[in-house]
Amino acid sequence: MNKIRLIIQREYLTRVRKKSFLLTTFLVPLFFIGMYVGVIFLTKKSFDESHSYVYVVDDSADVIHKLNSSKNVTYLKEGNDLQHQIGKLNKEDGRTSILHIPTDFYESETVEFLSNDKPNLSIESEISDSLNRIIKDKKYESYGITSEIRRSIKSDVKIKSKEISENGNTIESNTEISMAIALVLSVLIYISLFLYGSQVMRGIIEEKSNRIIEVIISSVKPFQLMMGKIIGIGLVGLTQFALWIFVSISLVLIVSNTLVSKEDFTNQLLKNNTQQVNSSKNTEVLSQDETVITEETISEIIQLIQTVNLPLIIGCFFIFFLGGYLIYSALFAAVGSAVDSETEASQFTLPITMPLLLTYALSFGVLINNPHGTVATWLSFIPFTSPIAMLVRIPFGVPTWQIIVSAILLILGFVLTTWFAARIYRVGILMHGKKASYKELIKWFKYKS
Amino acid sequence: MLSLRNIVKQYANHRALDDVSIDIPEGKIFGLLGPNGAGKTSLIRIINQITAPDAGEIYFNNELLSPKHIEQIGYLPEERGLYKKMKVGEQMIYLAQLKGLNKSEAKQRLNHWFEKLDITSWWDKKVEDLSKGMQQKVQFIATILHDPKLIILDEPFSGFDPVNAQIIQDEILELNKNGATIIYSTHRMETVEELCDNIALINKSKKILDGSVKDIKKLYKNQSYCIDFVSKGSILNHDNPYYDLIKLNAQEEQVQIDIKINPKFQLNDVLNFLIPQVEIHQVKEIVPTIHDIFIEKVTQTHATIHEQN
Repeated sequence: MNKIRLIIQREYLTRVRKKSFLLTTFLVPLFFIGMYVGVIFLTKKSFDESHSYVYVVDDSADVIHKLNSSKNVTYLKEGNDLQHQIGKLNKEDGRTSILHIPTDFYESETVEFLSNDKPNLSIESEISDSLNRIIKDKKYESYGITSEIRRSIKSDVKIKSKEISENGNTIESNTEISMAIALVLSVLIYISLFLYGSQVMRGIIEEKSNRIIEVIISSVKPFQLMMGKIIGIGLVGLTQFALWIFVSISLVLIVSNTLVSKEDFTNQLLKNNTQQVNSSKNTEVLSQDETVITEETISEIIQLIQTVNLPLIIGCFFIFFLGGYLIYSALFAAVGSAVDSETEASQFTLPITMPLLLTYALSFGVLINNPHGTVATWLSFIPFTSPIAMLVRIPFGVPTWQIIVSAILLILGFVLTTWFAARIYRVGILMHGKKASYKELIKWFKYKS
Repeated sequence: MLSLRNIVKQYANHRALDDVSIDIPEGKIFGLLGPNGAGKTSLIRIINQITAPDAGEIYFNNELLSPKHIEQIGYLPEERGLYKKMKVGEQMIYLAQLKGLNKSEAKQRLNHWFEKLDITSWWDKKVEDLSKGMQQKVQFIATILHDPKLIILDEPFSGFDPVNAQIIQDEILELNKNGATIIYSTHRMETVEELCDNIALINKSKKILDGSVKDIKKLYKNQSYCIDFVSKGSILNHDNPYYDLIKLNAQEEQVQIDIKINPKFQLNDVLNFLIPQVEIHQVKEIVPTIHDIFIEKVTQTHATIHEQN
């Protein structure tokens, strides 16, 4: 027992002390958060680029009061001399343009849009939407339909999906969020099972090709060495996850803080800009439709996330990661012991990881669309597939007994595969330069210990 | 010290060890000899409890060999290596701990050995930065650090230059003098005669010879002599009943003959026959080397096997 601890210690420390471990610990969360920030940044940028200032020359003298500036378009009023405005336009940068509304606008339903270069399509459609609305309002009015009536006619049906839990209470649920979480879990566990499983294999191949193996197993039993390695690397994985969670949370906090202040900053900037336009050119900025949705949606998202049982998911992730890891790393260990090099290993790694690969592929289809169907339920019980299948199902709510049965089966599967792997391992590690075939492996398996 | 009784090791389609019994006396250096594939490594792995025999027992100091004896055995395998990326000192402490030493004790003994072999500057080096010979030296220390009562060395000198080989040989002799029993497995026969008190010869999975080096050599003495003489003029007739001529080397008057005396006669009879005819300068008994015995025995068993076939 003491020797297993020594082996675990060595396996753990040599890996955790590596620079690559530190690097991945910080780079992976940084990468994801960088992507997240990048997306936000790009949307912002495209918004900035599509934003336009439009000088309105209104001959009808009516429409202009009804035009409301929006996110993408700011309407400015400066004077009613069209020629003068056109003259000024040439000196302005390309983002500004002139909207000329004729006197017979309501009859002709035509306007002129003048700009330096080809007008942005989205701006054009937004302007036409606004103008259509103005005409519509005018027509409603002419038919005697007031805005109050129209508001009362308008309806917006919301579907609040609720799930009935085991104890009869209803839980608010959101399928999209569950799906997203399920997919993230599926990808995460698939990658990590592969990552750490193949680390076990590589470690064993290294010991074999180093020829240190015989030195060590003259001091400890092959089984102790194998288990020590598996447990040591498993702990490295758990440490990595714990650090990722910790680093991600801290980074999210930091980034969201700076992002929020940045948003304030850009708002400020926008205001300053318009003020500048105002003061320098004596321009009137038409009323701004402040979008209040952002705050609402954020609180809504937070509420939705609260409906997800995060502690259960994290707990189950650790359980099923560990179980799956132990099963697959034992198989990887058997493969590592049987071969002399990593290139030789591929003929064995494909068959043993087949169930994993299959479940991973299914998780994007059958499993996620019908998480409580027959296929999904069965896959979440079979030890080789349950680590992925069960985790995909858990965000949708799985009866506790199923989780427990699946976990027990997983443990049994682990004991069985370890026993099987150890029998191949103890022979394989001492074989050099012998090309292992399946027939050979069965022979090794049958050797008396 | 170690007694192997009727060891059988069977692999799927060949028998690696066939009813091998060997006694290794305490405090001796025991040579385990045999050609490639004879079963030496299988035997050594069984002694180290890396694999188990299919039949037979092993006694360590009259106790049935069990895992608790591992800490009293030091094993330097023929196929040996170290973790390349690990630092030398750290790795040695790890290996010593696996043999049951505690950390401070391991460190203390390591310091002693590193100073003794003048390699203290290697402590913080990575193994991959050491030369092959340096790695072998480090590995030798790892084998004996826990002060084992039984040291098993499989081709310990491979990879050493003559100077370092001598250093290691001296260390082996000193360890032996301090009470350690040593099993020395090798192909290099010249070192066997220098080092070993006893040997066992294994060929084709069977033990074909064992005993003390002295006894074996005595056993294989076959009345062969080398005689130098100067001819007195008459031509010596080698076709006589006293001996068979094996080799003749004549340079003018100086003649050297290797002879094998026929069973009915003694050296004196031969000399009586020779003295009237020649002037004898030197008579030397030809003692077979372990190398000769090895080759003779191995080719013999080959021959008998061929005959059987």
